[in-house]
Amino acid sequence: MASEAREVLFEPLVDNNPIALQILGICSALAVTTKLDTSLVMCLAVIVVLALSNAAISFIRQHIPSNVRIIVQMTIIASLVIIVDQFLKAFAYDLSKQLSVFVGLIITNCIVLGRAEAFAMKNPVWISFLDGVGNGLGYSLILIVVGTFRELFGSGSLLGYQILPLTSAGGWYVPNGLMLLAPSAFIIIGLFIWVLRVWKTEQVEKPQYQIRQVHRTEVV
Amino acid sequence: MEHYISLFVKSVFIENMALAFFLGMCSFLAVSKKVETAIGLGIAVIVVQTLTVPLNNLVYVHVLKEGAWEWAGLPDLDLSFLGFLSYIGIIAAAVQILEMVLDKFFPALYNALGIFLPLITVNCVILAGSLFMVERDYHFAESVVYGLGSGFGWALAITALAGIRERLRYSDVPDGLQGLGIAFIMTGLMALGFMAFSGVEL
Amino acid sequence: MPNETPQKMLIVALLLCLVCSVLVSSAAVFLKPLQERNKELDMKKNILASADLLQEGADVEQLFQSVEPRVVEFATGEYADSIDPATFEQRAAAKNPQTSTAIPRTQDIARIGRRAKYGLVYLVRNERGGLKYIILPVHGKGLWSTMYGFIALQDDANTVAGITFYQQGETAGLGAEVSNPEWNAKWRQKQVYGEEGQPTLQVVKGTVEPTAPNAEHKVDGIAGATLTSRGVTNLVRYWLGSHGYGPYLSRIREGELNDLNVEGG
Repeated sequence: MASEAREVLFEPLVDNNPIALQILGICSALAVTTKLDTSLVMCLAVIVVLALSNAAISFIRQHIPSNVRIIVQMTIIASLVIIVDQFLKAFAYDLSKQLSVFVGLIITNCIVLGRAEAFAMKNPVWISFLDGVGNGLGYSLILIVVGTFRELFGSGSLLGYQILPLTSAGGWYVPNGLMLLAPSAFIIIGLFIWVLRVWKTEQVEKPQYQIRQVHRTEVV
Repeated sequence: MEHYISLFVKSVFIENMALAFFLGMCSFLAVSKKVETAIGLGIAVIVVQTLTVPLNNLVYVHVLKEGAWEWAGLPDLDLSFLGFLSYIGIIAAAVQILEMVLDKFFPALYNALGIFLPLITVNCVILAGSLFMVERDYHFAESVVYGLGSGFGWALAITALAGIRERLRYSDVPDGLQGLGIAFIMTGLMALGFMAFSGVEL
Repeated sequence: MPNETPQKMLIVALLLCLVCSVLVSSAAVFLKPLQERNKELDMKKNILASADLLQEGADVEQLFQSVEPRVVEFATGEYADSIDPATFEQRAAAKNPQTSTAIPRTQDIARIGRRAKYGLVYLVRNERGGLKYIILPVHGKGLWSTMYGFIALQDDANTVAGITFYQQGETAGLGAEVSNPEWNAKWRQKQVYGEEGQPTLQVVKGTVEPTAPNAEHKVDGIAGATLTSRGVTNLVRYWLGSHGYGPYLSRIREGELNDLNVEGG
């Protein structure tokens, strides 16, 4: 039991990462990662929503008619998101202003529905809860990596503290404006996947087409 | 009329949902391996978007907006905190009804689009379309045009990416980047290209 | 009961709706006062920040006591004291056709469509009760979004004392720099009105040399955000121009309204 719990909790970090392998939950990962603090709040919001929605759906899983299950799941998720949004507005007003619609878009973050459908509908409450936390952490890992890179190289700071002195303030670092634009997030995630797959080679996708089968072993 | 054409062009190219706002990325990357399936999903998104944005517009104006219940003697009632829940409910219901209608009356179309329809409920493009509509205060006719335009723009982007990825099969990509990795980088480059449209005005 | 019967479906749906609605509404109702307070506090903070009155660690409410909100009629530039500034909501009024006017297209450089017939002003007094700063709410379209902010003028109704933007959805890191205090600080001491009495203040591309002609009418642009910068220029020119607060500000410059303001101040 304990090993199973550990597995659902930590497997999504590198071995089965929701963003890098399952292609889930990418949209919001791009928009909020220009700064590390918004990334962290977003991670927290997603972990909370994911864990609670998984637990709630798993709790009533035997009573959900399969015809209406998507609507049932969406209702639960949407309610949780509204509550999280209200809490953010009440206790972290400045950050919630920066996150604006992206808190709302957690509803359509495919990780949440994807895990509800793939895991919570079939497993007991506690394990589903852990699966939610684990996948939330996997998502967070990427968000934090991307957020760190973008804030450090885009504005020379981390969590608002200046690390690299900017030329505009008399330092030596010329901020890379491209890092703050969304396309850079794609490229960072692409490179992250590359690094991950060089390390975990079993995640490499097979090429759909190869010019010559012997290509790589050939001696020139 | 001119206003609507301008709104349409703007929502297709300048404010492209996929490449300027990065919405609907999950299915954008997952379903763009082949041009045919990409077109199928694209059409499904156009249909659902054109349906749900105006529907949500009606719900927002007549039910949720502050003052919408004035006729019932409740001028101060503000239900806008229920926004997310109502929009997603309407989207899920519309998708399910559409699925049933297609299944019953257009089996050929259902077979082509059927598998994509459930995916669409959680496509952020659809929800974001409604949220932007509310944020920008579109009236009913504008919301129809905006729904059509934003859906069309997204379909255009996914078809283009699928076209690129079909060609990409023949290139020698490093092992670790194969598949998803290179798709991310391609999308990044496409997005850079689309940034050239930003700020264009009609 | 088997899961697929219509009764069961209805029961599940009803129960779910009930539970969710109770949770959501109670969260909304209980957290509302906190949220409203946050919003109000944030607004006050921004008003104070625009004139650089915000001090680290000081109580915002207390600082805000030196600020006196008033309502101004745009067309005449007179105070409209029949309207209570505490309850007047300029944004809501701008949407209502009865309390607003459509802006003619040629005038609408800020691209906002309508503006309320009345507008708020926030007056800050000096120790002797005279006018020190005039803080005006402004808004207009940038590249992606409508930007909302405050601009503070000194008592000559011409020299900028500061500017802030508290709500905008511009490109992060580029256009969004409009709310960066460092950029905002560059507005201080700039002059709004040119010789003809029209607002000529503008955000230029690149940096402004202090010795350049008309440097007092030019503000450094934000690198990589030409369209946002242009939006800021336009919204400042609109709101300080003849269709916005222009008539009111010219009355202040002519010294007409100075006596009127001394009201419990």
